[in-house]
Amino acid sequence: MAQKNQKTAPPGIAPLADDEGAVVRGVVEKYGGRKRAVIQILQDLQERFRWLAPETLEAAARELDVPLAHVYSVATFYKSFSLEPRGRHLCTVCMGTACHVRGGVAILEHFERKLGIRAGETSPGREYTLERVNCLGACALAPLAIVDGRYHGQMTETKANQVLEALIGSSE
Amino acid sequence: MPTYRTHLLVCAGTGCVSCGAFAVKDALDKEVARRGLQNEVLVIATGCNGFCERGPILMVHPDGIFYQRLAVADVPHLVEEHLLKGRPVRKLMYVPPAAEAPVPKMADIEFFKHQRLIVLRNRGRIDPEKIEEYIAYDGYEAAAKALANMTPEEISAEVSASGLRGRGGAGFPTGRKWDLCRRQPSAPKYLICNGDEGDPGAFMDRSVLEADPHAVLEGMIIGAKAIGAAKGFIYIRDEYPLAVSRVGIALRQAREMGLLGKDILGTGFDFDLEIVRGAGAFVSGEETALIASIEGQRAYPRQRPPYPAQRGLWGQPTVINNVETWANIPSIIRRGAAWFSSLGTETSKGTKIFSLVGKINNTGLVEVPMGIRLRDIIFAIGGGIPKGRDFKAVQIGGPSGGCIPKELLDLPIDYESLTKAGAMMGSGGMIVMDEDTCMVDIALYFLRFTQEESCGKCAPCRIGTRQMADILARIAAGEGSLDDLRKLEELAMTVKQGSLCGLGQTAPNPVLSTLRNFRDEYLAHIVDRACPAHVCKNLIAFFIEPEKCVGCLLCLKNCPANAVSGERKKVHVIDQAACIKCGACFNVCPVKVQAVAKYTGEKGRALRGGAPVPKDA
Repeated sequence: MAQKNQKTAPPGIAPLADDEGAVVRGVVEKYGGRKRAVIQILQDLQERFRWLAPETLEAAARELDVPLAHVYSVATFYKSFSLEPRGRHLCTVCMGTACHVRGGVAILEHFERKLGIRAGETSPGREYTLERVNCLGACALAPLAIVDGRYHGQMTETKANQVLEALIGSSE
Repeated sequence: MPTYRTHLLVCAGTGCVSCGAFAVKDALDKEVARRGLQNEVLVIATGCNGFCERGPILMVHPDGIFYQRLAVADVPHLVEEHLLKGRPVRKLMYVPPAAEAPVPKMADIEFFKHQRLIVLRNRGRIDPEKIEEYIAYDGYEAAAKALANMTPEEISAEVSASGLRGRGGAGFPTGRKWDLCRRQPSAPKYLICNGDEGDPGAFMDRSVLEADPHAVLEGMIIGAKAIGAAKGFIYIRDEYPLAVSRVGIALRQAREMGLLGKDILGTGFDFDLEIVRGAGAFVSGEETALIASIEGQRAYPRQRPPYPAQRGLWGQPTVINNVETWANIPSIIRRGAAWFSSLGTETSKGTKIFSLVGKINNTGLVEVPMGIRLRDIIFAIGGGIPKGRDFKAVQIGGPSGGCIPKELLDLPIDYESLTKAGAMMGSGGMIVMDEDTCMVDIALYFLRFTQEESCGKCAPCRIGTRQMADILARIAAGEGSLDDLRKLEELAMTVKQGSLCGLGQTAPNPVLSTLRNFRDEYLAHIVDRACPAHVCKNLIAFFIEPEKCVGCLLCLKNCPANAVSGERKKVHVIDQAACIKCGACFNVCPVKVQAVAKYTGEKGRALRGGAPVPKDA
């Protein structure tokens, strides 16, 4: 959390380009400008931009007419918000209890080694982001990894290698 | 509406979809059309069938034949044999573990046989995206009855008489909650459906929302009439996109049919619902935190009383119930409290959905009458433990629950008996563990979980869970002392008693229950510096038995740390100093060879020869 906060709105952030400003306005309008919808609004914005840039948060605060601090308090509290840019490819490893007892930790560590990043990090060229999640409720597939939205169940190191090779091949 | 001789019910729950259910459905559609059967056979995508282990699943109606683990390549043969020639395909049927003959009919399969479906009554038989199918199975009959013929007092009384208790965890009597809210003079009042199912290993709420969203809507319409609410919210976890989409469709259809909105069914009653998506915070499953989240704030819990039924959303009286609780309501109103309370035990009525996961043969979702024995769930329905391993414990109730050992397998399940055994009903996640699961590691897993998910508002939870996790990590690393056990117990009591909300008050349960039932494992870690289950990395060593190794190079190629040396047909050796204990060699060594062994205690230390574990291990 502390790291996220360091990234918060330094003085003189570049204003959003016009079309981005229009996107924020559109999303806020979709929720009738209701202040209580701030979480939903940030979710929609994150879906659109893949992360929440300081400029995006500032525009959202302005359009909603709430203090910027409030928008940040929400954006830094909930885990689904990313205040850093994410990579082109998103790998998620499930750390639910069922996955844990079936060896999910080894799978996560394998992804970390193969991608050269720790869980929660993005690779230097913004190619990959590795995340962990607390259970997706697909426990029959444990241990489970999701790569760019595709579920890969009953993961093993060998299967992970195949998935990652295809992924790394596609981005080269 | 055309009629069909056969319905092909393809499970489209998250589990089956992840292993290709939609591809199978498309292939079925194509093949049915190619064979000119499109006017006789209808392919339907249903909600979760529950037997997730066997996906993709197909049920043939009305024959009752159950097909499993289907691939697109199986489809042409299946359509030709079963639908054209009338010969069910045996090789695609379910074969129970340790049996040879397949069981053709779903009703005869052990997994389904012992279940009693109330909440999941429509699972696998209706298309959740079509309101007409829900209505065809008596859907909205209860809502019509409640709105047209019952007073709010009568509805509350019926729910109270049924003995229904909250299915989200604590088990508060639902009727009493409604009554309390109904009596509040303040208006407006609100309803909330808690679909923030955060317990790892529990997925029944997701399944209900995906398989039968109208049951939840109908329950809420009835509840709205009972307490006099005009507005309600369905809060759904962000990780469940399919549930969000299906509930959205259900809301639209209900509005079009006049089942939501103004003047519902011409009774003059107004009520509408809105979906709110969660944003990934476990604590928002706590009712007061969830309310803060709907208000657009951080999900911080607050002191109770006043309870939400007195002062909830925006300070107004609010009834908040879990998904499974809401989905029970229509059946109770339609069939009566006496029918519902005839099921279950003295204190716990009706059925409960459990998700059966972990080291178990039949992973899936099961709905069983309260009072069923744990043994029946795990061995009869669940088919026992895979790979001939021994059952060790079952963890019930997620991060708030505890581990129940095999001595208590004959426990009849209800709210009280589970609490007495040191676990908790919770949302109903059952994680089965075998002898390869380390109980210290499990306690550490849950404490790390609650420590990460603690919102930080109150000190006992924020600081206490951290300290407990640190002590457990020390024990798991073989660096614990006997005094640590005393400290753990003391801290556990402080966190339990001093925390503001349910998250902190129950967070020590996994530690306390493992300390109580598996103390010898803690002692092994501390005194013998051994991990009996061979899980804790600091305490184990991997070793290749020279007399067993055939020199196949598999482990050598798969070792990510290049710690294995050797040549083809020569015995391989693990460099203990370089080994990161990932277990890759153990996993890839062929079953017939099994040359890689794990050692702990004296032997493990001797093998490691004092070699320190590499930093990133």
